[in-house]
Amino acid sequence: MLRQTKYLSSRYNEPDGWSLSAYERDGGYKQAKRVLGGMTRDALIEDMKAANIRGRGGAGFAMGVKWSFMPWPPKPEKPHYLVINADEGEPGTFKDRTIMEKNPHSVVEGCIIGCYGIGAHTAYIYVRDELHLSKERLWGAINEAKAKGYLGKNPFGSDYAVEVFVHTGAGAYICGEETALLNSLEGKRGEPRLKPPFPAQAGAFGMPSTVNNLETIAIVPTALEMGGDAFSKLSELHNLKDGGSRLFGVSGHVNTPGVFEACVGLTLRELIYDLGGGVKGGKLLAVIPGGSSCPILRADDLVSAPNEKSPLFPWNGKSVLDVPLGVDTFRALGTMLGTCCAIVLSDQACPVLAMHNLMRFYRHESCGQCTPCREGSAWIFRIMDRIVAGQASIEELDRLSEIADNIMGNTICAFGEGTAMPALGFLKKFRREFEQYILTRGKSSPNRLTLPGHFAGAAE
Amino acid sequence: MTFALTPERESHLAEILSRYPNRMAATIPVLHLCQEQNGWVSEEIMEWVAHRLGISAAHVKGVATFYTLFNKEPVGRHQVWVCRTLSCALNGADALLHHCEKRLGVHVGGTTKDGSVTLRTAECLAACGQAPMMQVDRDYHENLTLADVDTILDRLTRS
Repeated sequence: MLRQTKYLSSRYNEPDGWSLSAYERDGGYKQAKRVLGGMTRDALIEDMKAANIRGRGGAGFAMGVKWSFMPWPPKPEKPHYLVINADEGEPGTFKDRTIMEKNPHSVVEGCIIGCYGIGAHTAYIYVRDELHLSKERLWGAINEAKAKGYLGKNPFGSDYAVEVFVHTGAGAYICGEETALLNSLEGKRGEPRLKPPFPAQAGAFGMPSTVNNLETIAIVPTALEMGGDAFSKLSELHNLKDGGSRLFGVSGHVNTPGVFEACVGLTLRELIYDLGGGVKGGKLLAVIPGGSSCPILRADDLVSAPNEKSPLFPWNGKSVLDVPLGVDTFRALGTMLGTCCAIVLSDQACPVLAMHNLMRFYRHESCGQCTPCREGSAWIFRIMDRIVAGQASIEELDRLSEIADNIMGNTICAFGEGTAMPALGFLKKFRREFEQYILTRGKSSPNRLTLPGHFAGAAE
Repeated sequence: MTFALTPERESHLAEILSRYPNRMAATIPVLHLCQEQNGWVSEEIMEWVAHRLGISAAHVKGVATFYTLFNKEPVGRHQVWVCRTLSCALNGADALLHHCEKRLGVHVGGTTKDGSVTLRTAECLAACGQAPMMQVDRDYHENLTLADVDTILDRLTRS
């Protein structure tokens, strides 16, 4: 059900909505003050667990539970770190950027509360380098908060020191993977680490660390203000422990693309038609629900969940477009919720070219550390290139599936799955279109991604 | 070694070092600082960074070559990145890129003869709702038409 909210985005359209005065006018920093003013760590973590904030970066892990994994009490020789992942780069995803640019103080306040919750005194916000305005706004917010005495040795007069720093990458999608991010923060190549040890045991600088997505930490003050349970109950999927409200994005072939804040439980149909203004140039062909690593769904897919125990049982037989967007519901559909930012394809676009485009992305971004991913992503792209050039045979479709299958589970990090799963998704959902494309050398398909007449009138 | 940071950047470097528990962590920010001054990261700069941070030149080179935003050779006075990933591709990125190539008279990766602009492609720049888009130096230009691109490129080649 569509219920729009304004917890993170209430000041998005105000000219100075990102300033400290605007944030405080709306009650900002009261929760950080309350927490540092004497809330116990246990009470904070219990409230955060009750909030059922599922990580907003894609994996959907319960934030409160993650905080509780930190060793306790912290040892003086092993300082804890809070690390915020704002390396937003998953194709289709553009939500964290809006928070950094338009509501940066929610991040700083979230960091203060998060540091207290996990026993850290330092938070690093890892922002991809291209987002210059985001970095500027975050540093601005940090400096404003510091000048007011909200950060530093004695925030809000307490003796719980908190420092927040912005750290930047230098152009590498893989640094959004949490252990690659930690290496990058340490001044190393952004190559993922083997897990275990997990960051809670040995994270940044070898010390116990928690890595949270930027939106995850930014919603913490809101959840605390409402109370964890009340926040969770905003969601239609509260019973699945998927709580609260979050940012949804929609891009591609829709009339009004953008980022929208709503209660968890929104459906793809509502996201595409009510918020995204409907499909542009034709009918809905397919949608990638939450960033490019999530397997694609066809508009005509129906839910098959005859088992009562399935989280999808209530939607058995219905369109996938009517299933509430949730971590567990979308996992059960065979795809993922990911970052909740959907990419919409109209039937005027070619699914073969869409896969070609994404496989180029993965080939480019594989860090090269694990052979199955490095070679597999390049091999998949070479075959896609030949399909598009009209030089491939039908048998090569099976070869594509085989290569993708051999990447799965054979790599250090989830990038391998992130490449293989969408590849397998395209091949499964569009097998007929791929075969026809190969047999007719592209003539069966619109053979384009951009809608006809996109730049009509311009001198191309 | 002849490379040196300007005094302002020197003090910025000291501030950067204060953020981390060790010096190696400053590798990426310091490389950015050097590139900001020099336009690209030469072997000499990599050695300088290694020397200043007390780490090996091999480590710095490993880092500099891992990340795409460190230029390993000189680039134009301005850099243009056209995003070509799916949401932008669904909204005209290929035509836009082709238009840039024609207008600037260079292929992707090339620099105009007058040294004003280096044209590149980028993978997803997190502006999917404002597609098609391109980044020019530090700024995002979104919801582009070809006419917008002409205006932007004309300004760059004149400056």
